[in-house]
Amino acid sequence: MSEIKLITPVTDAITKKLRIGQKVLLNGVLYTGRDAAHKKMVELLDSGKELPIELQGQIIYYVGPSPAKPGQIIGSAGPTTSGRMDLYAPKLIALGLKGMVGKGKRSPDVIKALKQYNSVYFAAVGGAAALISKSIKKCQVVAYPELGPEAIYRLEVESFPVIVVNDTLGGDLYEEGTKKFAIRLK
Amino acid sequence: MDANYFLGQDMIDALQNAYDKEISLTGKEIIKQIMDNAVVAKSEEVPMCQDTGFAVVFVELGQDVHIEGGSLEDAINEGVRRGYTDGFLRKSIVGHPLERENTGDNTPAVVYYKLVPGDNLKITVAPKGGGSENMSAIKMLKPAEGLEGVKQFVLDTVLAAGSNPCPPVIVGVGIGGTFEKAAMLSKESLLRAVGTPNPRPDIAVLEKELLNSINNLGIGPQGLGGRITALAVHVNVYPAHIASLPVAVNINCHANRHKEIIL
Ligand code: SF4
Repeated sequence: MSEIKLITPVTDAITKKLRIGQKVLLNGVLYTGRDAAHKKMVELLDSGKELPIELQGQIIYYVGPSPAKPGQIIGSAGPTTSGRMDLYAPKLIALGLKGMVGKGKRSPDVIKALKQYNSVYFAAVGGAAALISKSIKKCQVVAYPELGPEAIYRLEVESFPVIVVNDTLGGDLYEEGTKKFAIRLK
Repeated sequence: MDANYFLGQDMIDALQNAYDKEISLTGKEIIKQIMDNAVVAKSEEVPMCQDTGFAVVFVELGQDVHIEGGSLEDAINEGVRRGYTDGFLRKSIVGHPLERENTGDNTPAVVYYKLVPGDNLKITVAPKGGGSENMSAIKMLKPAEGLEGVKQFVLDTVLAAGSNPCPPVIVGVGIGGTFEKAAMLSKESLLRAVGTPNPRPDIAVLEKELLNSINNLGIGPQGLGGRITALAVHVNVYPAHIASLPVAVNINCHANRHKEIIL
């Protein structure tokens, strides 16, 4: 499969060219965040306060890693189910978040926001956590350390493999991929 | 610990076979990453998935075995505590299903006991991730719905699960017995080496048919489209009451982990 190399932060010009089904290798900085961190960020926004991280052009990775062994940068770090972040994601996308990495379908609201703000959603392979960890070169807590594995970490990654699932045209690989390969009997 | 680091040879063979058969390029790429992942997990001795699961333990206790010095269940929980702490596995258990405070050491385990002839003690640990367990389902069919009803329910369950249980999956099906027996049958069927058919020829045929129909759904690896949604379907059956036809579907992800020891 051919691969596209992306370096964060990314611009609209770059995200607009991505199409569903493409394999992308992410490089540069990714921020992690799960339900708890999303909830806190959206609460800050709703009360008119600043976020602990600058989102413009950035990509968030939905992950809660297993503990690191001594000498390891991070434990096994595969994607978690993105649907749990659907309620919060459109607000962050509106602030310039250009990409999210997770697993599983997104809600119509998220897909609409992606289209409107030229952002994309990528799937990482669920359960390929050990492999993914190898592409993570640095890991540092930047906000909410009290949340443990659910804190926001700043990761530096090299060739982190993902697949474009929702692009800026409103495409959805979960829908279209299944349709393409389904065999209808009768 | 081992169960979380090392994928069994049965799974590696099944994945290789799936890789050869998958016609979707994205699907092939995903299966390749899953196989590469197993290699990394093994060589670096790290968990293949960060969700290192609920410790589900099956104990087969020989009738002639006498256990001294405390309860077996305590010993199992102590094993889980040590394995998950010393093995750097994620602690994923909350002590109360509604209050949801993490127990901090992945205990307690879910333990099942079976009394068998002989003087062996066999313990099988099968850590189970939340993503795939959540997609399982049970239904009390009317006997008149018969084989067609069973097939339809299995397909509906796999379709509704979609990408959530991290396909390719192994689908465990329990047919017959009571409500809880059917669930148990489906779970136990997942302990078989992947793709080993049920010894009953009629059930083995059903397993094949179901596998075919599931793979025709097009869900594919990770739900992104493809011909390989399931690597295998395992069906276990048990006699049923004249008024009932229970069917349970328990889905296991490709991180299909289990480890046995005989003492
Ligand atoms: S379903 Fe399985 S492979 Fe996927 S995240 Fe859960 S444990 Fe890991």
